[in-house]
Amino acid sequence: MTPLGGYLLVAALMFAIGLAGALVRRNAIMVLIGIELMLNSANLNFIAFWRYGTHPEALTGMMFAIFSIAVAAAEAAVGLGLVIAIYRHTHTTELDKINRMKG
Amino acid sequence: MIDKADQIFVLLQHWLVSFLPLALQQPAAVLLGVIGIVCVFPAIFALTTVFERKGLGRIQNRLGPNRVGPFGFMQPIADAIKSLTKEDVVPSTANGPVHFLAPVGLVVAVFMGFAVLPVGRNMVLVDMDAGLLFFFAMGASTEVSVFMAGWSSRNKYSLLGAMRAVAQMISYEVVLLLSSVAVVMITGSLSLTKIVEAQNQYTGIFPHWYIFTPWGLAGFVMYAIAATAETNRSPFDLPEGESELVAGYHTEYSGFKFALFFLGEYLAMLSISGLGTTLFLGGWSAPLSFLTFMPSWFWFFSKLMMSIFVFIWMRGTLPRLRQDQLMNFAWKFVLPFTLLDLFVTALWRFMGEGLLRWIVCSAILLAAYIIMGRVAMVRKHFGPRSYRYAE
Amino acid sequence: MTVVFYLIAAITVAGGLAAVLLKNLVHCALAVTIAFGGIALLFLSLDAQFAGFVQILVYIGAVAILIVFAILLTRGSDVPKDGVFSPTWLTGVAIASAVFAVMGWAVINSVNAIPQLAAVPHVTVHDIGVALVGSYVLPLEIVALLLTAATVGAVIVAMHEKGGAE
Repeated sequence: MTPLGGYLLVAALMFAIGLAGALVRRNAIMVLIGIELMLNSANLNFIAFWRYGTHPEALTGMMFAIFSIAVAAAEAAVGLGLVIAIYRHTHTTELDKINRMKG
Repeated sequence: MIDKADQIFVLLQHWLVSFLPLALQQPAAVLLGVIGIVCVFPAIFALTTVFERKGLGRIQNRLGPNRVGPFGFMQPIADAIKSLTKEDVVPSTANGPVHFLAPVGLVVAVFMGFAVLPVGRNMVLVDMDAGLLFFFAMGASTEVSVFMAGWSSRNKYSLLGAMRAVAQMISYEVVLLLSSVAVVMITGSLSLTKIVEAQNQYTGIFPHWYIFTPWGLAGFVMYAIAATAETNRSPFDLPEGESELVAGYHTEYSGFKFALFFLGEYLAMLSISGLGTTLFLGGWSAPLSFLTFMPSWFWFFSKLMMSIFVFIWMRGTLPRLRQDQLMNFAWKFVLPFTLLDLFVTALWRFMGEGLLRWIVCSAILLAAYIIMGRVAMVRKHFGPRSYRYAE
Repeated sequence: MTVVFYLIAAITVAGGLAAVLLKNLVHCALAVTIAFGGIALLFLSLDAQFAGFVQILVYIGAVAILIVFAILLTRGSDVPKDGVFSPTWLTGVAIASAVFAVMGWAVINSVNAIPQLAAVPHVTVHDIGVALVGSYVLPLEIVALLLTAATVGAVIVAMHEKGGAE
């Protein structure tokens, strides 16, 4: 296995773990944590391709990762704000129990 | 001879390493550097505790510690023995592993920050290209430890203290970063050694320190405020306000773990003063051009001790703020002013040499300071406290 | 493929697994902090210093703290009595393993076909700065706009509604 393959496999595993977390947990915050893990594994792929790619001086993968980190931070802030707003309305963060369209 | 005194530690390191085979030289050099940091800064910490207690005693018209050793200077050794032999009490409801990991994580993260600080000419452990970023990354990871300590103790005072500390550290970290960005804009580098070298020049006998420019002075003041808040020192020591929160997030810590928190707090103060010295006060460069015969590390550590002295002075002089005052101050005064300082720095960068940029930049900063202060005073954001009593 | 890589990968995966499996939400948040730190170390092992430090600064310094704040504000630190996994957890695990199987199969079969440079790319922070305000200036401005909008949005969403709370 080449080094690139190792990094890609770790990223795939982290993506699967994050996906599982987002799918099987009940709590809305845990779903957000799962999404963050998936975003991180995607960043790992970008950096790995940048490092072992043919044009590292073009910085494409690195830039993608940096922008994706910035966007993920914004996503986390808004997502957690939404969770807190939902908690105020329904007094729960369990996704199974938030099943009414009426606020 | 001058160079020998200046480079004495570097030469010592090279001499010690030269006994080893070639393959081991690189790791051994790093190891020696780490040992240096791990010995020197805790020693300064021990000295600082004595100075602080004696200085506070002086300010409060009492003696301070004077029993152990000459003038009480052996006090830290007595303190260390005491904290080592004390029982390590862990509350029965506490969350064991998290409770244990919190002080360790804090001290490790704080120690890492010293790796990029240039304490003298050629005296930096890792000359990193993104040194400043590394420093702030390590500073940001202490917040998790503070939260872990407060949460795992299962004590309402600990949790309140930790939440206060984390909220305060996040708010002021923005200011800390932005005030350093001004320096990065002028230097064009995130490497701390390059930042020091840019300031190590002289016009006549006066150095090119960034504090001697309008934007640098404003940036330094903002940096100092943010650094005080970031290290939870008085007047921003709300997380440990003993009249309301017992001792904040380390209420439930005793013995050696408490000593670790104490060490971490003081080391954070030392490292953040060191960074302030590096960014605004010229790091290891001498204050006047004819004083360059003194070794560079001497200047760094004198500046460090000076800033520690200012920290102690402020602690002895200023009363503690209230939580809402603290947050208002951060978001409504310090942050806008720092952003304006960034703008002024850009102006300074592109106006070219000459007297004009001095006048324009100083005028903008002074006007903003006066206007923002006035408006805030009128709206009662700062200024004398008005008390409301329960009816 | 060095020992260091396997060590960091093990830490990262263990952190991620713990984050998904632990019952106490605060423990999950701390475990995910370890996973973030592991990813940052992987970035550093890929010679991407800048990205690694940004990862530590943003994820450990900000996102992890945001998550624990949200957990404490929603009283999530107590373990719920009726389990933490949803009733359809088996489907979720099946989907995730299927995704991993497909991706792993694709990686193993195709990675040798890609040309790979072994030489360490020499990229300084200066180059990254020049690229950010040069060819990537439009994304940079858009990210700035997005962050401003997100800040305002998060404040409005999480703010107490006037009248209702008083």
